[in-house]
Amino acid sequence: MKFSEKWLRSWINPELSSHALAHSLTMAGLEVEALEAVAPAFNNVVVAEVLEVIKHPDADRLSVCHVNVGEAVSLNIVCGAPNVAVGMKVPCARIGAVLPGEFVIKQAKVRNVDSFGMLCSAKELGLTEEIQGLWSLPGDAPVGVGLREYLELNDMLFTLKLTPNRSDCLSMAGVAREVAAIAGGALNALQVDPVQSSFAETVTVSIDAPEACRLYCGRIVRGVNSAVATPSWMMRRLERGGLRSINAAVDITNYVMLELGQPLHAFDLAKLAGGITVRYARTDEELVLLNGQNIILQDDMLVVADDRQSLALAGIMGGIASSVETATSDIFLESAFFAPDAIVGKARRLNISTDSSYRFERGVDFAATRMALERATQLLLEICGGQAGAISEVCGQLPARNEIMLRTSRVKRVLGIVLGAAEITALLQRLQFKFEQQGDDFYVTPPSYRFDLSLEVDLIEEIARLVGYDTIPAQPPQVVGMMVPQTETQRPVSRLCQIMVARDYQETINYAFLEAEVERDLCANATPVTLKNPISSQLAVMRSSLLGGLIGALCINLVRKQSRVRLFEIGMCFTREGYTQREQLAGLCYGTQLPEQWGEAARSVDFYDVKADIEALFAPALLNFVARPHPASHPGRSAQILLHERAVGWIGELHPKWLQQYEIPRVVVWFEVELNALLSGDVPHASEISKFLPVRRDLAVIVDESVTAQSLLDAMLGSNTPYVVELALFDQYRGEGVGDGKKSLAFRVLLQDTKKTLIDSEIELSIARLAEILQQNGAQLRI
Amino acid sequence: MQELEKILDEALQQFAAIDQAAELEQVKARYLGKEGRLTLLLKGLGKLSAEERPAAGVRINQVKQGVESALQQRREALQYSQLQLKLKAEALDVTLPGRGLSCGGLHPITRTLERIENLFHSLGFTVASGPEIESDFYNFTALNIPENHPARAMHDTFYVDRKHVLRTHTSPVQIRYMENNAPPLKIIAPGRVYRCDSDVTHSPMFHQVEGLWIDEDVNFSMLKGVLSNFMQCFFERDDLQVRFRPSFFPFTEPSAEMDIQCVQCNGKGCRVCSRTGWLEVLGSGMVHPNVLQHVNIDNEKYLGFAFGLGVERLAMLRYGVADLRLFYEGDLQFLKQFN
Repeated sequence: MKFSEKWLRSWINPELSSHALAHSLTMAGLEVEALEAVAPAFNNVVVAEVLEVIKHPDADRLSVCHVNVGEAVSLNIVCGAPNVAVGMKVPCARIGAVLPGEFVIKQAKVRNVDSFGMLCSAKELGLTEEIQGLWSLPGDAPVGVGLREYLELNDMLFTLKLTPNRSDCLSMAGVAREVAAIAGGALNALQVDPVQSSFAETVTVSIDAPEACRLYCGRIVRGVNSAVATPSWMMRRLERGGLRSINAAVDITNYVMLELGQPLHAFDLAKLAGGITVRYARTDEELVLLNGQNIILQDDMLVVADDRQSLALAGIMGGIASSVETATSDIFLESAFFAPDAIVGKARRLNISTDSSYRFERGVDFAATRMALERATQLLLEICGGQAGAISEVCGQLPARNEIMLRTSRVKRVLGIVLGAAEITALLQRLQFKFEQQGDDFYVTPPSYRFDLSLEVDLIEEIARLVGYDTIPAQPPQVVGMMVPQTETQRPVSRLCQIMVARDYQETINYAFLEAEVERDLCANATPVTLKNPISSQLAVMRSSLLGGLIGALCINLVRKQSRVRLFEIGMCFTREGYTQREQLAGLCYGTQLPEQWGEAARSVDFYDVKADIEALFAPALLNFVARPHPASHPGRSAQILLHERAVGWIGELHPKWLQQYEIPRVVVWFEVELNALLSGDVPHASEISKFLPVRRDLAVIVDESVTAQSLLDAMLGSNTPYVVELALFDQYRGEGVGDGKKSLAFRVLLQDTKKTLIDSEIELSIARLAEILQQNGAQLRI
Repeated sequence: MQELEKILDEALQQFAAIDQAAELEQVKARYLGKEGRLTLLLKGLGKLSAEERPAAGVRINQVKQGVESALQQRREALQYSQLQLKLKAEALDVTLPGRGLSCGGLHPITRTLERIENLFHSLGFTVASGPEIESDFYNFTALNIPENHPARAMHDTFYVDRKHVLRTHTSPVQIRYMENNAPPLKIIAPGRVYRCDSDVTHSPMFHQVEGLWIDEDVNFSMLKGVLSNFMQCFFERDDLQVRFRPSFFPFTEPSAEMDIQCVQCNGKGCRVCSRTGWLEVLGSGMVHPNVLQHVNIDNEKYLGFAFGLGVERLAMLRYGVADLRLFYEGDLQFLKQFN
């Protein structure tokens, strides 16, 4: 909602500066988004008439003009504009004038001719960006009058960012009413007297959709001259209200809409066939709208139709076939109340938004429908001439305005401040609400122009708004009561983040949507969750894995010449089946394991480096890694991660074909695990520690390449061999002395008892048992 | 006797002149070895008369002790200087950089979220969460935004199907939490939200923190108190000016928009605050009775307030980030600044 301050002040003129007024509006809930001057500062510019134009004796492109500035003596002014002409009315900056940009006009000699001022273009006055030559003012512009006064340029433009509940402020009348409530002062409300009808002829109106069209008023105006110019005062208010002039008749309907908030529509009477019917469209009915858009109507769209066809999309936009043009002389003028429910969503569905639909969707004052018609008729007769017929009015069930109980005690409970009944009375009066008081309770009937008041809290907000949110004290929180419980078996996500950070991973946050191709390639996911209205095809489907985002971030960093990248992300992943949503934690490593440094040979990060990171994340829980292929990974370097036999994630080296596709020059190791699997832990429980020293024995074996270290460890651990407290692989060797297709594995065994020092025979017995198990699993002991 | 004096002097001089441990032991033999001069003198005591013997023995032993003590001193001195040499040779260039892994870091948004969560936690708020693909019902209807309500147009919703959206705010978590928990309630719900809007100042994915406090005695004055206190703590500025303006959210009534004094220009007006001196940082209000009714909470007995704040906005103001898009590019140069 945009409007001219001058116009507002003709309705109500509070003793507040423009900025103070804007502040009051903002603090009362009508946010002033912008407050700007209509014109930049300049002075001493008057309306002038060009009396004579003589070619400059010494310059081809200059003219010497004699200009009447409303004084006895005309001025001599040199002018370079090609469009200067005798009889033209132009703005003239007089000697001493200061134009935008601190440009001071002085008496000057231009190529030996004295010049006493400057004829101006609109650009020179800072009113437009375009260069259009001299500003040709209307022929009736009063010579000698200051341009600022003539064009009312000492005005400010207010732009309100109205919330959807305040449709009552989508008009000058509404804003003025609001200012009266906020700032006080006498409201100079518009008096509209009914226009005497000159003839009884009407257009029959019937309403087929009474719940959608609650009130319809219309009248014929004959003999209208639509070709007359719209008066400049009206043009100005329309322009400053953000509307363009079209023709006088249409301008008048728009003007009344800005003035009173009631959208009106004018039909060319000659183009109507028979009576007017307000009904829902028939399926597949067509209509060409005023903006040229040809639409196929749907059966929940309300139309205004004649006996032949739909004429207009009710409350949204007229049709081109019945529109008023300059040649139109007979008009059928419509002012109606369409219920918000009937209008809402339709314009959006057609991808249009009009001033009319904007208002009807939010609610238009149904008590002012007829007044707006009278007001428009009055202006039409005044400006375009003609004669008005009688009003035909069809009124159905108007929206209910039920009494709302407002309790003084509830105001205190909700707002936390004490307001007496007398104060509440005064506030309700400022709002001009109708109410009855019973003791400390009020029974308030909301006005017809308010569509946002139906509950007690709605009124409490009105009270709070007028009192001023700023006057309600900010009560510091006083916390009493119980501590927040902390479940120790639940590991906080922040702890996991700390582990990742400590292991040199940088957290990233990537978009949850990506290209369908990425899901297909990296996750073999041909059916991702797809957005109906994506921003672009690069952001079209929901990720089922964090890997795609991490690779994207890696690539950005490679472009920016990073050689070592270690990233992690925690985020939601989605699958189509039942829209499963699961938080995951994923990591990605590229480049050397350690940052480049002295004293350590540079070694590329590998599978086992990352495996250690995963083990650290899950510790003390133990994981199993099972070789299984994943579409993103190198088939021989990919494993599924099992926690207590349950698959909780993947680790792998990115498949060389993806390295090639994403132009990644070196190995990438990645992993992804379910966040949930990481979140549960046990409360530690201490057990007795042994006072007797442990004994270490090593076992080295040669096995086939196909035998996994884990299978041997599992076999040994599963045997429950006495005294074994720790069993770990500490070396792997291939090469000389081992044989082709074989490898040597070395295990460290720690033996200990809590009750006594172990004797050799006990130790040897346990080691022999382990050796036997190894041999049973295809291992050959190394001596 | 003079000879003894001479031996001691000679020994002391010789020891002092030696700077190798091995040589010292060789020289020691000359005095104290089997054939050493003092050993011989002691052996020669037998030749002296019984009267002379004790005094001579004492004298010789005194000298022997003198030699031994000088020897010991010299040994220690040599050991010490040898150790000094070794230590000197072993000295490190302590300015060489440390080795091993470096440290990663948290994303500035995570850092900001942790800060917000900690502040609210200190007031007794716990963290709740909810799904990001949300039903139309939870995202809108249950929050008093019926189908076709103009407020839906404010949301630029991503649709997954006719009935499911990417949540446009974290407010649906309120509903889910209230459905499953009886008041009093005190939660915050941090999370990612999505809006179909992408330009310099809008990201299609961003973060919000929703807050909800339901109890019998919660009121608007407390809302102002809690949120003012939060902003002052978040920015660590006790004097941070805030203001509350009436606004409209379908799920709160009264509703309030909260502005803070621009932290860039201290309210003087700059580019960051569009020269208004104020920054809009969160939306809030008293929970709408219809919302409570939807989840079967007695809206006469219980009152509550709710708020939703934009995390990116706070992070940008707190850390001076000029461009929203930097948060989602994953550029290490940017991210490492927050480590």
